[in-house]
Amino acid sequence: MTIGFAGGALRVWRRDMESWRKYYKASLVGALGEPILSLLAIGYGLGRFVDIDAGGAAGATLGYAHFLAPGILASAAMNAASFEATFGSFTRMTEQKTYDAILATPIGIREIVAGDALWAASKATLSGTAVLLVAAGAGLVTSAWACLLPFVALLIGLVFASMGLVVSSRAQAYDFFTYYFTLVISVMYFFSGIFFPLASLPGWAQAIAWCLPLTHAVALSRACVAGTVGAAALVHLGVLLVVLAASYTLAVRWVGRRLIA
Amino acid sequence: MCRIGRCGTSDAVEEAIVEAVGLRKRYDKHEVVCGVDFTVRPRECFGLLGPNGAGKTTTIRMLTGFAPYDGGSLAVFGMPMTAANARSIKSRLGVAPQEENLDPDLTVAMNLRIYASYFGIGASEARARVAELLAFAELEDKADARIPTLSGGMKRRLILARALINRPSLLVLDEPTTGLDPQARHLVWERLRDLKRRGVAMLLTTHYMEEAAQLCDRLVVMDHGRIIAGGTPAVLIAEHVGRDVVEIATGGDPARQARIEALARPLGRVDAVGDHVILYLNGGHDPREALSVLADEQLVHRRATLEDVFLTLTGRELRD
Repeated sequence: MTIGFAGGALRVWRRDMESWRKYYKASLVGALGEPILSLLAIGYGLGRFVDIDAGGAAGATLGYAHFLAPGILASAAMNAASFEATFGSFTRMTEQKTYDAILATPIGIREIVAGDALWAASKATLSGTAVLLVAAGAGLVTSAWACLLPFVALLIGLVFASMGLVVSSRAQAYDFFTYYFTLVISVMYFFSGIFFPLASLPGWAQAIAWCLPLTHAVALSRACVAGTVGAAALVHLGVLLVVLAASYTLAVRWVGRRLIA
Repeated sequence: MCRIGRCGTSDAVEEAIVEAVGLRKRYDKHEVVCGVDFTVRPRECFGLLGPNGAGKTTTIRMLTGFAPYDGGSLAVFGMPMTAANARSIKSRLGVAPQEENLDPDLTVAMNLRIYASYFGIGASEARARVAELLAFAELEDKADARIPTLSGGMKRRLILARALINRPSLLVLDEPTTGLDPQARHLVWERLRDLKRRGVAMLLTTHYMEEAAQLCDRLVVMDHGRIIAGGTPAVLIAEHVGRDVVEIATGGDPARQARIEALARPLGRVDAVGDHVILYLNGGHDPREALSVLADEQLVHRRATLEDVFLTLTGRELRD
């Protein structure tokens, strides 16, 4: 029986899922605890001192927690996918030699990268959905468009998983990821419009911020939470898809170059 | 001696399992495989021997699709080993790598079941094969054990079982018993002989000459990326070292060593190693003659082995 690209990727995904099942409790506490704490502590704690109009669909004045929630959701998805596609995938690529074991079967590099990215994105979806449920429970979600947010989290997860796999394909040791998380992921976390509106930045800084994929992820999430889905949201979606296509293509090429030589 | 698959008229019609002609591979400027030719025939166990850095593992990597080759040709199951054919070739290949790469977070049975899924083997068929292979590898009581709790021998057997999950036409074994104790090694050998009886073709690399002698129908010795000798173990021994070997202790005394060498030289090829002189008797000499000439010395008389062939061909200098 021959299995196609999707069948191969799903089998790699299943392998990752079965391995994770042993540790799912610890993994869930880690993945869900931090974003939920951020939302509550910063949104409600710090938010009391912040005067902001989060801009609801009907022009209603909403508080800081409303502004913050979609950004926390997007960053939770980013973090979950980034960790899995760096530390997790790198371990499978090097120490455990899981990729080598799979490559001895009819499954190839493209399916391995796709399956691993899909798995990292699944964890991102879980994290994003958990934030969504907490935000909805706290009354921070005002639009039915929010039903799309798990899919947005999946897309964000795929984007950052593919980027993480590109980094993993070039990493020589775990220390290498410190650069990526400090210089790329943390910078995005603070300057992608999660904590303050980008409009408060000078023009040149805004221009840079709009080059960051997380900025578009946050803007897309915010549009879904607030119900302001329009042409701009399509642009954000388009940018994320382009980044996904580019980083997946590069990840396949570089992971392939690393393993098959 | 005639073995199935090695002689008779069937050779002409049966396609070779592996056919390598002038196979080459270079990394940067360094050529690690410099034009090797060999054929693995149906149902035979073919050995690839050589010191570290000889190019064995690179050859295996080319054969299993992990390394594209730079020159010559390589066909597996009659198909050129190209990226386009890799998928169909690998579906009929069983690979037991040198390094342990089992899934540490999965149980023994789950390792096999997940691996079966990579070949598109359905769940119920996979369950049946897993049960059968656990019995084959004597791991039935370990079905639910996690990998870090297994001994080295158990891991090796599980890797072998995993390589058999797709009922391969060719089993590729890269140093299958390195690091195992004698009991574990003999169990693996027994299993491999079992597979040979069932007609599974095998390609084996090893550092253990006894392993090659036990398992291989034919073998080649590689060194510095080239094949320097090939044949059946018996023919290789007869051609390169003869039948009898006498090892004589010198006690590290140079005068005594010179005397022994002088006595031994007319009888065959002499090799001084540390505090021993090794005499490979020429075919024409009766071992009893040698033993009487050297009667006053401390000596051991034994049959020549593949290890003698290996050391004769590749020298005694250490390889990294």
